[in-house]
Amino acid sequence: MLDGSNTAALINDDREEGLFRVHRSVFVDREIFELERRLVFDRSWLFAGHISEFPKRGDFITRHVGGRPLILVHSDDGEVRALLNTCRHRGNLVCRDLKGSGAEHFRCFYHGWIYNTRGELKGVPGEEAYSDAFDREALGLEPVPRMHNHRGLIFVAFDPEIETFASYMGDALPVIDNTLDLGDMEFVEGQFKYSMRANWKLLVENSMDGYHAAFTHERFATHFMPAMGMRELDFMRRGPPGTRRGGDTRPLGNGHVTGGYPSPDRPMHPSVAFLEKFAGDEMEAYRQKLVQQHGQERANLIEGGAGNYLIFPNLIIIDGWRVFRTFFPTSPDYMEINGWACLPREDTPGLRKARLEWYLGFQGPGGFATPDDVEGLEGCQMGFAAHKEVEWSDISRGMKGNTAGGPGELQMRVFWREWNARITTGRHAPYTGD
Amino acid sequence: MAADGHADGLGAITRQQVEDFLFAEAELLDEWKLAEWLALFDEERGSFFIPTTDAPDADPNTSLYLIADDMTRLRTRVEQLLSGLTWAENPKSRTNHMVTNVRIAGREGEALLVRANFVVFRMRFQNVDPYIGKYYYKLLPRDGTFKILERRAVLDLEALRPHGKVSFIV
Repeated sequence: MLDGSNTAALINDDREEGLFRVHRSVFVDREIFELERRLVFDRSWLFAGHISEFPKRGDFITRHVGGRPLILVHSDDGEVRALLNTCRHRGNLVCRDLKGSGAEHFRCFYHGWIYNTRGELKGVPGEEAYSDAFDREALGLEPVPRMHNHRGLIFVAFDPEIETFASYMGDALPVIDNTLDLGDMEFVEGQFKYSMRANWKLLVENSMDGYHAAFTHERFATHFMPAMGMRELDFMRRGPPGTRRGGDTRPLGNGHVTGGYPSPDRPMHPSVAFLEKFAGDEMEAYRQKLVQQHGQERANLIEGGAGNYLIFPNLIIIDGWRVFRTFFPTSPDYMEINGWACLPREDTPGLRKARLEWYLGFQGPGGFATPDDVEGLEGCQMGFAAHKEVEWSDISRGMKGNTAGGPGELQMRVFWREWNARITTGRHAPYTGD
Repeated sequence: MAADGHADGLGAITRQQVEDFLFAEAELLDEWKLAEWLALFDEERGSFFIPTTDAPDADPNTSLYLIADDMTRLRTRVEQLLSGLTWAENPKSRTNHMVTNVRIAGREGEALLVRANFVVFRMRFQNVDPYIGKYYYKLLPRDGTFKILERRAVLDLEALRPHGKVSFIV
């Protein structure tokens, strides 16, 4: 029975030789899956949603986070709450709608128990049947153990002893703030809800992977871009260190990592060229406002973005498309994925339309890129059926400071080192870089 | 004067004509004759929409969609599918487009409004995934047949789970 201490052999991390390997049993083993539930998902700050999804008092959404059914509610007292969506009587889901507004209470249909929007139990039909020991005040909808609202991003944690959000975030908060500084950000209406028949850790890797783009996403570069009147992209090109093309992957502590740290020298992401082409005047006006607000250098950082970054364990933010993405496993070979577009409320109509057109050109189950990622990861999971014979995946690109040959895989090693530390020691990895 | 009181030809179109058109379209898609399928669209004004599963009535100008193609995007979508570079459809999925509950819903300007229900079965790597929803068409009568002005597929699925993607033409 694996208890975590004998999983050290699953990650082969040889910094001296420049070799990094992951044992493929981590993608299929049920015991590893249970360890992850306990030691990763239940000991992390998990992204739950954005305040713009339930902005006004009386608004709510329901969603599964970390396997638990939650109600995210904007209570009548103005507080934002994350409540566990299970009746304190006998367990039914109390709120059965995906979202709503103007709520004054939540009523469990099973026996008619009523909770207010703060989760307090306000009505129990036939309450006189209970003894004096029955304490209505102790039977409100249980809030998640910990919750934090960072500039509209709602995070929850199921470990009541977890460190503070700020401490957990390591050096990641300036990067998140860089993304949020683009404007008064909102999650746009319309959510991507999809899945992959694949282990969740494959999507962490894939979301951070620069190496696959030239091959998996060839059609995006060679068909979509020219069809839009843009230049074909060269995904393999690697520029000088310190620039986005130089793949300035930077560990941010605690397993968080960015591929492409914001830098004033970086060439702009192709999204900027697309927006300039299709909403030029509005883009220019928007840029001027950013410059006025933040100065030229900072505005460049914000507009150019921080690349693709991971907030351990499973929040992916992709600045080039303004994607927020989370994914939770329900078994070793299946995950449910949520994708949102996080865009500025103050976008003028043409600019908003162009941002969405850019988004759909790549992202989502109907886009010109994401479906091929789904295909690739499901293919890997099918390949893992041979994990007893073909035991190891190689994730060695770019070790020992080797910057030749295009994109490296440091981002993935950062993730795996933290994952390994969590599983074997229950604590953060002290150092996740090469 | 046509049956619905208008003086144009739209009122003379029968449901069978519309069904024949939709069934022929379904056959083109199942046979992956995508260039012929693309030719069914009005060359300049044609469009193809699939809203997200949680916001079927959203406005594509301000909200996220799964697919919101004008003809430029639809053309490159078909080219990509035929190029072999769409790995999600190479090898191709087997599909079976079942089109039913077809009815003429009215008119909008020069276009006939048509509604239908669909289940498209996708068979791929030993999985069978049903895509279930409703079609909303705006059809332009032309030369005894139709050109598609707008093709909208609204999924009744709560999520693309376990489908994972909609990489073929639903």
